[in-house]
Amino acid sequence: MAKYKVVHYVNQFYGQIGGEEKADIPPEKHEGKLGPGLGLATALGDDYEIVETIICGDSYFGEHMDEALPVITKWVEEIKPDLFIAGPAFNAGRYGVACGAVCKAVGELGIPTVTGMYEENPGADMYKSDTIIVKTRDSAAGMRKAVPAMAKIAKKLAEGEELGSAEEEGYIPTGVRTNYFAEERGSKRAVDMLVKKLAGEPFITEYPMPIFDKVDPAPAVKDLSKATIALVTSGGIVPKGNPDRIESSSASKYGEYSIEGIADLDPSNSETAHGGYDPVYANEDADRVLPVDVLREMEKDGEIGKLFERFYTTTGNGTAVASAKKFAEEIAQKLKNANVDAVILTST
Amino acid sequence: MKLQLGYIDIKDIQFDKNPRIENGVLFVDPDALIQSVLQDELIKDAHFEIARPGESVRITPVKDVIQPRVKVEGEGGIFPGVMAKTTTVGSGVTHVLRGMSVVTVGRIVGFQEGIIDMTGPGADYTPFSKLNNLCLVMEPVENFKQHEYEHAARMAGFRVACEIAEMARNLTPDETQEFETVSIKESFKQYPDLPRVAYVQMLQSQGLLHDTYVYGVDAKRIVPTIIYPTETMDGAIISGNCVSACDKNTTYHHQNNPVVAELYAAHGKTINFVGQVITNENVYLADKIRSSDWTAKLCEYLAVDGAIISQEGFGNPDTDLIMNCTKIEDKGIKTVIITDEYAGQDGKSQSLADADPKANACVTGGNANMVIHLPKMDKVIGTLDYVDKIAGGHDGSLAEDGSIEAELQVITGATNEMGFNKLSAR
Repeated sequence: MAKYKVVHYVNQFYGQIGGEEKADIPPEKHEGKLGPGLGLATALGDDYEIVETIICGDSYFGEHMDEALPVITKWVEEIKPDLFIAGPAFNAGRYGVACGAVCKAVGELGIPTVTGMYEENPGADMYKSDTIIVKTRDSAAGMRKAVPAMAKIAKKLAEGEELGSAEEEGYIPTGVRTNYFAEERGSKRAVDMLVKKLAGEPFITEYPMPIFDKVDPAPAVKDLSKATIALVTSGGIVPKGNPDRIESSSASKYGEYSIEGIADLDPSNSETAHGGYDPVYANEDADRVLPVDVLREMEKDGEIGKLFERFYTTTGNGTAVASAKKFAEEIAQKLKNANVDAVILTST
Repeated sequence: MKLQLGYIDIKDIQFDKNPRIENGVLFVDPDALIQSVLQDELIKDAHFEIARPGESVRITPVKDVIQPRVKVEGEGGIFPGVMAKTTTVGSGVTHVLRGMSVVTVGRIVGFQEGIIDMTGPGADYTPFSKLNNLCLVMEPVENFKQHEYEHAARMAGFRVACEIAEMARNLTPDETQEFETVSIKESFKQYPDLPRVAYVQMLQSQGLLHDTYVYGVDAKRIVPTIIYPTETMDGAIISGNCVSACDKNTTYHHQNNPVVAELYAAHGKTINFVGQVITNENVYLADKIRSSDWTAKLCEYLAVDGAIISQEGFGNPDTDLIMNCTKIEDKGIKTVIITDEYAGQDGKSQSLADADPKANACVTGGNANMVIHLPKMDKVIGTLDYVDKIAGGHDGSLAEDGSIEAELQVITGATNEMGFNKLSAR
């Protein structure tokens, strides 16, 4: 018996069921290898056996992902393979997304996963940090090259060997940053890099610059006197005692607190949890960061319709952009559900 | 300007009634030395402890790390404008106690002071685990204001370091090294065929315990200027930081600036290192615009071909870093930036708060969000009371068995952005 059990995922076409007219078939499983699995089995060698092939129609998967995924992961769990391979999907968009999504779900079971795609396949960008995606050509003409490349990486993963960089191994950069100790200290690496850059020689930056979302400001509120205004802050203002223990840096959560009946923040009811600045002034008077007092006055004077009865808060200090984005999506949804018209965001 | 450093190697520290340096051992009298610390009315109580490399010791919360140095020949004194008159330093002869430091430790100032482990996995990430550390543990009076106590603790550390360094004044160094930066006119003649390079050092000046001082002047209140690199070796720049410990420069980092060291090492071989520009990282947009404009202007004025830009801190200063980089690049000067990353615990987030395609040559000190497990140490210098609260810690960071699970952020100097360490990320 082979040392390593493998499960392979393909679409209806590579599963030899049919073309586009069969794209709506739900997941099914076949014992043993099939289609591109034959080449994969050869490339993986005798220590590996493809024990099952799972097939799903691309349209079905795209339209019923929530139903298809649990079925597929359940089958995989029953087999407990040492390795899961999907595709390759080349530049087939729906197939690429399916391969990525299935690999992500199977990866969450603790099973190593590999797939293969053309760089511009939409699935590549969606799932590059969730699985290893081997770079392939844009059509099935690249099968002969893709299969051994995928097998090589798959074997390393199954056998617990450390993968080299994306460039060395030929996979799409995962975007996952991993620390390591370099040969030289950073200052020496910087001088060496500058000498190369000055000489016009090639050099490799240690962090390729990310591309940022640019958000256009929302149009101005037409009539403030009728608007419900909410306060949201990354300045870490929390009720006295920080009941949810929001971290002083790298926040893993945000808080949602009532300010109903509070006209003024003071040391008896509020403090800051933020670790990025001297807390003295914010603790003395938290309105300096979360201006409840001023908005209450404006509410009284009729300048604004109403101050929303809850505020949302977290610490921006060292908090990962991905976490901030997640918090913001949830907070925005809650504000929308509560019919809030505008938000004042304060930072520190 | 030329400075000779004479290194006196310190292989051990011992307490003794008779303070001296003998055969590489520093003997200090804690009872006598503590008097200068207790001069300050904000410090209620203080004592010394010694931490040696390899010992099962955890030091926390760490405020600053200082290397004792003494001016032997030449103008001025160590820490000008703070411990000595403001006379310009950076020339003559300075003796350095190499292999040791004074670490100031004690009750929290902000949330943020760091951890130094002398052994185990945490020790790999901090350069200070390799030194013999004389730890000054302080306790403030009741009802102190954070920034006042920070000042008191900072000054106490400098007083102790200077007092110890006096013992090295008349000793013969184990090794000497010379550093020289010539005038602009001379620099053109010195190595006419090599690319001219400057070092642009960004100083933490966000305020509220993120501070740096230059000749005693709060760096928030400087405009970018030119400094001889040897001035920094005499303590012209000191730390006033009590914030996320991993990427703030301690005074020790300033005294032993690794970018300066590597640029001097390459000077005359692959580059012509012509000088250092210092700038700040203020939080107001007008300050950011002014300072980055001036930094680019000074690089142009020095007629350099290339520059290395080192950042201090993260988040807000990422904007200063990118403004400096793009404006210097726009002058036709090639740059390499040194930063660190906040890519999330899973490493999947974008690492910086600002970015530009012109910043195409970047060195990183690693992802500060990486989670690290620090096993229990036999001895704690300071207190573990604040581990859950320091930047990088979380509720439950400190386990009942005394071990700590936290982000790399908590470790003093772990992702230093002067490139002091070998740590990087890919």
